[in-house]
Amino acid sequence: MAAIKKITTPLTYDQVKGLKAGDQVTITGVIFTARDAAHKILVENLKAGNSLPVDFKDQIIYYAGPTPAKPGKVIGSCGPTTSSRMDAYTPTLLGQGLRGMIGKGPRSKEVIESMKNNGAVYFAAIGGAAALIANSIKKVEIVAYPELGPEAIRRMEVVDYPCIVAIDAEGNNLYELGVKQHRAAD
Amino acid sequence: MREISTELITRTVRDLCIQAACDLPKDVEELLQKALEKETSQFGKYSLDKILKNVTLSREEQAPMCQDTGMTVIFVEVGQEVHIVGENLTEAINEGVRQGYTEGYLRKSVVEDPVFHRNNTGDNTPAVIHTEIVPGDQIRIQVLPKGAGSENMGALKMCKPAEGLEGIKEFVIKTITEAGGNPCPPVIVGIGIGGTIDKCTLLAKKALTRKAGEPHPNPEYAKLEQELLEEINKLGIGPQGFGGQVTALAVHIETYPTHIAMMPVCVTLNCHAARHKEAIL
Repeated sequence: MAAIKKITTPLTYDQVKGLKAGDQVTITGVIFTARDAAHKILVENLKAGNSLPVDFKDQIIYYAGPTPAKPGKVIGSCGPTTSSRMDAYTPTLLGQGLRGMIGKGPRSKEVIESMKNNGAVYFAAIGGAAALIANSIKKVEIVAYPELGPEAIRRMEVVDYPCIVAIDAEGNNLYELGVKQHRAAD
Repeated sequence: MREISTELITRTVRDLCIQAACDLPKDVEELLQKALEKETSQFGKYSLDKILKNVTLSREEQAPMCQDTGMTVIFVEVGQEVHIVGENLTEAINEGVRQGYTEGYLRKSVVEDPVFHRNNTGDNTPAVIHTEIVPGDQIRIQVLPKGAGSENMGALKMCKPAEGLEGIKEFVIKTITEAGGNPCPPVIVGIGIGGTIDKCTLLAKKALTRKAGEPHPNPEYAKLEQELLEEINKLGIGPQGFGGQVTALAVHIETYPTHIAMMPVCVTLNCHAARHKEAIL
């Protein structure tokens, strides 16, 4: 495996241009969690002409809902959730300047087209490896929708959060390339 | 008549919920270890290595291995010579879930209404409880926290008898192919065949309680499990869907007699964190 690329937030288009599907990366800086219910509210707010509680320009959304922190810990276990559930909302948020997403599993054609148009990247983290991943999360605060519990929007400060570029801004897709390469011949 | 108190049942369910979330059964871990030895794809190996490190870390730190600590599926086998003493059995079990998820710092993921009021119940109740009356004077409780990432990829087909074995295989392969990287492969595949629509889905879930990789006692079904496992692993989906040889760790089939006009098939998937714990009272 090639050298690990270190990226820092805010994630600019210049940084995104240098990332290719299959790159192993670590992320340091601020990321925001948002999942199903939060996405629904965000997009409804935009449709109603309201401003969002977070400015997503050049930011990364992490599709995650952590377990509660044990006493003395900043967070519980916190791995990625299935990204495709957010597909219906993602082009709208990419239109707001969202630059990166972290999750697991493939994305829809519409999302990939929107990523290409907006210059965004999709990172995959290892689904289920939530205790391991939590070690890279150093600070957490709820910034919106606390009533959603595990689905509230959290601002996280991460150091060397490990993931892989699954789909780059040119639309190269590790999920398709990898599977094609390993599918047994008929 | 042996008496078993609902207090004991509550305490047992509480402990099983916490143990299940943090301690992957050894049988599943061994299959993951074998998968790492077999896998040749770069990202497949990378994923399995991280998954196994996570299993060890969660056990050591008593931290949930996955943040999705699931909707709690509970199988209860009640011996017909047992007298349950105390409160309502369902309430006793839900109280155990409530205590386990709260005191164990597990994520509460259950909403009170599926459509109109998706408000979190705040304590992961109610559990999905399947009770069965069996011979004997014991109670067996199995707890399976079921994550939604894999559960969403399950499917049911009311196959026609004429579709036969090929129809079953085709449906299973189609389901796994469409699931791709979503259910956190490598997966354990639970398949129910026979009964009615309700019985069939229950069989599939019950198949997930079997010791991981243990073949069906009937050699015909054991052979079908093996064939399906090989076919699934030829798909190339691989760990996490990044491509590779190991898409499934095991295939478990459970069957039941059915009607002359039916052949229902249900596929339910468990992610690599195939959590299950049991206790016998």
